Amino acid sequence: MSYSDRIKDVIETSDVAIFMKGTPTFVMCGNSDRALQALRRAGAPVTAVDVLPDPQIRQELSAISGWPTIPQVFVKGELVGGADIVEELEQSGELEHTLREKLGDDYSSSRVEKTVGLAS
Amino acid sequence: MSTQPLRQLLERAFPDASELDVIDRTGGGDHFQVVVTAPSLSGLSLVEQHRRVYEALAGPLADGTIHELRIKTKGEGRS
Repeated sequence: MSYSDRIKDVIETSDVAIFMKGTPTFVMCGNSDRALQALRRAGAPVTAVDVLPDPQIRQELSAISGWPTIPQVFVKGELVGGADIVEELEQSGELEHTLREKLGDDYSSSRVEKTVGLAS
Repeated sequence: MSTQPLRQLLERAFPDASELDVIDRTGGGDHFQVVVTAPSLSGLSLVEQHRRVYEALAGPLADGTIHELRIKTKGEGRS
């Protein structure tokens, strides 16, 4: 079974997607947590995908994004980066700027955090 | 793995670097922090800058010797 279509679908249809180890309620990796916390501080709506259920998810994701590590954060289909970049952009205020630009000024007003599975 | 082989790979990829550092974050030889400041990174987005680092370290990333990598990059204005 291939996950690629579902992965692309999540990337393209989510305002903010994070592919992480674990879920927002049960984070399984320090770097995934760093990225998630930065998104929360910026008030970003988050659609989370746990890559741990199958190692193939991670392989296919990296083939699509060209990014070798987890987590990976996308805004409106575009790779923003991993934990280091997301943290850096949040601290400089650029993350909020990007979110406002791509999602609209009121992006955080209806802030939701959801987790989606990739099984079809 | 010691930091030395990683440093050599980065030096090869960024011969113009004004700052280049590899830190073993835990002392276990598999969690690293790298810092690169180089003119060849200027004008690139952070995603592209980090991609250059990942490319330079593709070998040790792929074979698992790097378990975790933190990256701090900076372009440098060519004045």
